[in-house]
Amino acid sequence: MPDQNATPPENRSPLAGSTPLIHLESIYKTYDLGEIQVQALRGITLEVRVGEFVAVMGPSGSGKSTVMNILGCLDRPTKGRYFLEGIDVSHMSKVELARIRNRKLGFVFQQFNLLSRTSALENVELPTVYAGIGPEERSRRAMESLTRVGLADRAGHHPSQLSGGQQQRVAIARALVNRPSILLADEPTGNLDSRTSVEIMEILQTLNDEQGLTIVMVTHEQDISEYTKRTIEFRDGKVRRDSMVQKRLIARDVLKTLPTAEEQAAEDAEENARTETVSGVDAKP
Amino acid sequence: MNFMNTFRLALRALSRNKMRSALTMLGIIIGVGAVIAVVSIGQGAQYLVQQGIQAMGTNAVYIAAGSGRPGGVRMGYGGVKTLTVDDMNAIVQGIPLIQDAAPAVNARDQVVYENQNWNTSITGTSPVYFKIRNWSIQEGSVFSDQEVDLAANVCVIGTTVAKILFVGQNPVGKTIRIGNLPFRVDGVLESKGQNVMGQDQDDAIFAPYTTVQRKIVGITWLQYIMASAISQQASVAAVGPITSLLRERHRIRSGEDNDFFVRTQSDIAELANQTQSVMTMLLGGIASVSLLVGGIGIMNIMLVSVTERTREIGVRMAVGATESDVQRQFLVEAVTLSMMGGAIGILVGLISSAIISNLLSWPTIISGKAILAAAIFSGAVGIFFGYYPARKAAKLDPMEALRYE
Repeated sequence: MPDQNATPPENRSPLAGSTPLIHLESIYKTYDLGEIQVQALRGITLEVRVGEFVAVMGPSGSGKSTVMNILGCLDRPTKGRYFLEGIDVSHMSKVELARIRNRKLGFVFQQFNLLSRTSALENVELPTVYAGIGPEERSRRAMESLTRVGLADRAGHHPSQLSGGQQQRVAIARALVNRPSILLADEPTGNLDSRTSVEIMEILQTLNDEQGLTIVMVTHEQDISEYTKRTIEFRDGKVRRDSMVQKRLIARDVLKTLPTAEEQAAEDAEENARTETVSGVDAKP
Repeated sequence: MNFMNTFRLALRALSRNKMRSALTMLGIIIGVGAVIAVVSIGQGAQYLVQQGIQAMGTNAVYIAAGSGRPGGVRMGYGGVKTLTVDDMNAIVQGIPLIQDAAPAVNARDQVVYENQNWNTSITGTSPVYFKIRNWSIQEGSVFSDQEVDLAANVCVIGTTVAKILFVGQNPVGKTIRIGNLPFRVDGVLESKGQNVMGQDQDDAIFAPYTTVQRKIVGITWLQYIMASAISQQASVAAVGPITSLLRERHRIRSGEDNDFFVRTQSDIAELANQTQSVMTMLLGGIASVSLLVGGIGIMNIMLVSVTERTREIGVRMAVGATESDVQRQFLVEAVTLSMMGGAIGILVGLISSAIISNLLSWPTIISGKAILAAAIFSGAVGIFFGYYPARKAAKLDPMEALRYE
């Protein structure tokens, strides 16, 4: 029986042979909660190569959040090693890890986590502040990043003036402003409606296909995972399944089949009119 | 992450919630404003006092019994029995710098006229006292040397006593009761107003010292001697000779303390100045308490702010902020709040002291030292009270912070 934790040969990406971007080797993570010890990860070994688009799935308690925290250098493994771009980061100091997060990683969260009462531009600038970059250069890079996600015209807006989808796009622009090699996304579509979710997946697919950005995304929605290229399923702290997505969805195409916001509104209005007549309420003009 | 960067970020963060920042600063503004105003007014008062004293420029020398150590026991003013009329005569005769001297004995008693009564000070002295103190009679006359010799029951009263006891009547020739004894009022002194200590000089009665000694207090010694020198310089120069003379007369050995003290007008001025100074500092100290309260307010709000911004702190750490970045950010926010509050407070203090000095027609002296101290203090308050919240923010675990609801 082959080692269930290794990536099967037929599932390795086409770029196999080059050094993997991410290499987790026998990662264990144990949380000490006083009387009990929780083993969140029990021996994870996996690799992610440049250009991959990975969906991390599993029920709560499966260890998927823990592995994301370790991948994101927000937490250190109890045992095992984490190689990021070939460098062992498992025992780096907090300051060194902060530097790595700033330069090599980008984060996108389910709840956007933008600074309120702050313009989109300033939000996107945030990582550059901690990279010690001067004010003019910061604005320039932030503008560039906003343009990449198509929100250059909203640079001065505050989050309260942006829709959910737009806020998440600002968050993506922020994650990319220091041009990291990896984007880590934690349920990025969790707070968005179905159409907006697909719009976000379109952006991620574009960034992945056209700009070679490696993306690791946690999701619990099966249909969202079908936009990625590879699915890793966690269960009880171990990798249960690691397979390539068979019938991959292309967001751009799916969007064409979905009604636009205006069409949706018109449909809803019709629907309301119909229900009112049925229930016997006098339809008012 | 240089300092200018951090400062600008702090300002941005504070301007996100302008109302809250303004209210937090209020404590510091009031504290600093109060201290500046109090100190400026106090120093103005001191200046007034000094001006008043300069204007007086008398040649008075004041010799009082007490603050000596006869037999090893410290006696305060008035408890010592060694100062006598003979001492006084010896001073006048033996020291040419001294022109005149009058003895003085103090008492305090209830004074009655018809249905009015009053409690006031009764000073026993001789007629030359009023010459020394440049104090004229406005009605009637001072008691005479013969009346002193006879220990007559006569007196002169100040205008405050006259107003209270005689309500519109002419006091001269009337008889009042001091304690149980009848005294005839010979005259009313002109009004002198308040002295540099703020006491009403017109609230006093003067009688022959012999009468007061024998019939009111029951002593044979003096509490003080009021002398005048031939000039202002002479008054200062006379201190030494008077001290030597009295030490010899009282047989005080070298190394022992005097059982009397000698003060010139300038000494008194200096004392008044110091007293004022202490008052000013005391009030300033009390006002500083509000500065402390302002600092506590800052700590309070910073703690609330840290809790509210837990997610934000998590995001900052996720995108690369180190612990010291976060700590510095919140510390600078606190110091920015306190120093801005300090600057506004200084302005408020200056404006209110200007307004008050206008109302009281009282000069206010702006002390550069006080302003500098206020500035430093507000910075220190920010650092001290901002430290704990900043530390708390820096010690947050980024993973948990990101998950915070």
